[in-house]
Amino acid sequence: MTHRLTAAGAVTASVLVLCAAVPYLAPALDEPFYVIVFARIMIWAIAAVSLNLIMGYGGMISFGHAVYLGIGGYAVAILGFHDITSAWVQLPVAIGLSAVVALVFGVICLRTRGIYFIMITLALAQMVYFLGVSAERYGSDDGLNILWRSDFGTRHFDLEDSVVMYYTIFAVLLGCLLVKWRIVFSRFGMVLRASRSNDTRVQAVGVPTFRYRLVAFVIAGVMCGLAGFLQANLERFVSPDMMNWHRSGELILMTVLGGTSTLFGPVVGAVIFLMLSEILSTVTIHWHLVFGPFLVLVVLFARGGVMGLLGSRDTHD
Amino acid sequence: MTKDARGADLVAQGLNKSFGGLQAATDLSVSARRGEIHAVIGPNGAGKTTFVHMLSGFLRPDSGKIVFQGHDVTDLSPAARVQRGLARSFQITSVFREFTVLENVILPVQSRLGHSFRFWRPVLSDPTVLEPARALLEEVGLGDRAGVVAGHLAHGEQRQLEIAIALATKPSFLLLDEPMAGMGPDENRALIDFLGALKTDHGMLLVEHDLDAVFALADRITVLVYGRVMASGRPAEIRKDAQVRDAYLGETQV
Amino acid sequence: MDYVLLIEQLLNGFQLGIILFLMAAGLTLVFGIMDLVNLAHGSLFMIGAFVGGTLALATGSFLLGAVLMVPAMFVIGILIETIALRTLYRRSHLDQVLATFGLILFFNEATRLIWGPEGLVIPLPDFLEGTVALGAGITYPLYRVVIIGIGLLVALGLYLLVAKTRFGMLVRAGASNRTMAGALGVNIPVLFTLVFGIGAVLAGLAGLIITPITQAAIGMGEDVLILAFVVIVIGGIGSVRGAFIAAVLTGVIDTMGRSFLDLLLLLVLPANAAEAAGPALSSMLIYILMAGILFFRPQGLFPPRGATAVQ
Ligand SMILES: Nc1ncnc2c1ncn2[C@@H]1O[C@H](COP(=O)(O)OP(=O)(O)OP(=O)(O)O)[C@@H](O)[C@H]1O
Ligand SMILES: [Mg+2]
Repeated sequence: MTHRLTAAGAVTASVLVLCAAVPYLAPALDEPFYVIVFARIMIWAIAAVSLNLIMGYGGMISFGHAVYLGIGGYAVAILGFHDITSAWVQLPVAIGLSAVVALVFGVICLRTRGIYFIMITLALAQMVYFLGVSAERYGSDDGLNILWRSDFGTRHFDLEDSVVMYYTIFAVLLGCLLVKWRIVFSRFGMVLRASRSNDTRVQAVGVPTFRYRLVAFVIAGVMCGLAGFLQANLERFVSPDMMNWHRSGELILMTVLGGTSTLFGPVVGAVIFLMLSEILSTVTIHWHLVFGPFLVLVVLFARGGVMGLLGSRDTHD
Repeated sequence: MTKDARGADLVAQGLNKSFGGLQAATDLSVSARRGEIHAVIGPNGAGKTTFVHMLSGFLRPDSGKIVFQGHDVTDLSPAARVQRGLARSFQITSVFREFTVLENVILPVQSRLGHSFRFWRPVLSDPTVLEPARALLEEVGLGDRAGVVAGHLAHGEQRQLEIAIALATKPSFLLLDEPMAGMGPDENRALIDFLGALKTDHGMLLVEHDLDAVFALADRITVLVYGRVMASGRPAEIRKDAQVRDAYLGETQV
Repeated sequence: MDYVLLIEQLLNGFQLGIILFLMAAGLTLVFGIMDLVNLAHGSLFMIGAFVGGTLALATGSFLLGAVLMVPAMFVIGILIETIALRTLYRRSHLDQVLATFGLILFFNEATRLIWGPEGLVIPLPDFLEGTVALGAGITYPLYRVVIIGIGLLVALGLYLLVAKTRFGMLVRAGASNRTMAGALGVNIPVLFTLVFGIGAVLAGLAGLIITPITQAAIGMGEDVLILAFVVIVIGGIGSVRGAFIAAVLTGVIDTMGRSFLDLLLLLVLPANAAEAAGPALSSMLIYILMAGILFFRPQGLFPPRGATAVQ
């Protein structure tokens, strides 16, 4: 890869700088509300980045990816409900549970292709959603409040401090971007990208693709579970709505909006989508009326998303 | 085991395959040995590709057995067969179109080097993969096209790459499904020389419509018609075989 | 366990299966023939309920409303297909998911704008009120019997259409092999549009039929849509027969699970555990069924022939 200053690179840099500066900028501009808006955006960005690892690079269109937001989130909420607030329990549980669910779902889904794959991921996520809805003990539809954020047991790192919370999210986002970037260009990423391009041929050169796709599926699930862990902590609340299929659709949407086969596209997509809905919804409550056809137009005319339009070429398509 | 099959590298025994009502392979038995080119010819729809699919593991035969270097591989996955040294190319060009030519051969090289559960190091700065990949491209004459996106190659070059990908796995036996398909006469001649040179250390099963190429290269020829072996033997025998002439070579000048 | 309740729930499950079939039949053909992931099929369910309901209220007759809904939905379906979906056939599944997701947002909002956020209540006409005695001490609401009857009639009609007519022959050819259908000299765009129109009518019918029991609400098609996905995945994409069998299976298992699973669990679990696990497990039941079926048959129970091939 060559490092030229491209428009896409400039966007990447400015978005990251903006994210880093918001806790100082927002109060200075007398819009403190934007701190939480950007914290939310970054969490969605983490989720979208994780989805893009399998969707943009592995060709696995998971329509149930929000389920891991729910799993990561409920791990915090349910343990907290039972008075286990230690992050050293909550975090491993959130990660482990996301991994196990992704593994089981992956084994089922990855045997199928195309439309089947899309619909099965959707249905399996829906299953967990209904599990959440029927869990009366944990609030069913109404969800569950979280009294204390995950406790890392040290004064120096306390998520109750909103600045610490914000920069933790920022750091996780950077970490996920780094991990994704390394993975995509590694040998593993080579297999993943090749199987998206021509899975039969990958097998014909001696690589059993199933296990690689499965591992990618699990990595993406864990990353998204992490986003759920952060979301629950940020909002101090979880509900089945976190894993409603509309959320999964929105994750796909952010990814495509930003640019599917680009590393940073999903972050840009998350910023655009959430800012747009923030702004449009103050203009009219019927903003979906415009937004829906807008999506259709994006699909028809803006292939490659924003980063694609800006000439980002992380991979060769 | 028949006399023929003894000492052979790749043996197919009594393969049967049907698609619904259509019998695409009937009691197919072929054995091919290392250091030889075994050509399979036959009219369109004779079941040649189906045969290659079965040998390479992409289709399961309904019955019959495939033995490679003494091991029964009938139940092995395509990938596992390649790991044992049995590689194939495709009749319909099947390269990674979005990848560069170099990346196209990197994947098979890294496959040969062991598992690919390596998540951190960029493959494009890893000499253990890059060097063999570049060397192979030189060998097949695509060295100066390494950086070109495969989808942008000319048809003949894509066919070359198709074979290069199979070769990059360092197979001991190659299954080639119509490697000459759609090539010009010059390219054809170059490929014939190239395959002839490969023969010394590879076994080869060559499916081909171009009979000039077949008679120039083959040590043995099997003729398939409607999924059955109609004749099998040395090129001279096949040339003489009246039945084959009638059914297949009839209209062709040999 | 009392057998009257058992049979009642069995019938309820069957009736849910019928609704699912009406949704799934169009969906499976659209997926199978056009290779189009159409999330907006759930919107057709909703539109059918609102449009049909409005027609019923306007004419003062539920029956007349239902009859008028058929051509209305056919036209709406054809319009949606020609304006928005036609350009998507050759696009990737990802593009299709995204664009039809956009359509859902649009239709939900448009419905909210036209009919208001409260939805629409359609009363059941008097002559469909009441119950019928099915013998052996079982009575069952008349309207639900009517639903089952209509569903069976539609299923039969669809079967005859697909299995016995030239149109159906082309549809089947399209579902298993598109190039072949093209080679038969069929006007593919017209075939696609007609199939989509029929799918829209069936989905709209399902939506309208269910409205007197529930009511017409925004987004009402979405849960049904996902169940219909489950149905066509189980049944095998492109197979109407598969869709029928899978729809009935799904409807019955889902309904029976919700009514009786906690009782069954009581046999193996302590009371409080069974009470907690019952609802959770029963809401997951059909998905577990789907996962199980797919694990052994990744192409569903009745995959259209010629669906798999390696080049
Ligand atoms: N997946 C499949 N499903 C159904 N029929 C198939 C399938 N694959 C091949 N066939 C049929 O099996 C027969 C043999 O096909 P095959 O591709 O093996 O022939 P071939 O000898 O390679 O032909 P060609 O010279 O045209 O490449 C043909 O009639 C073909 O239509
Ligand atoms: Mg062939």
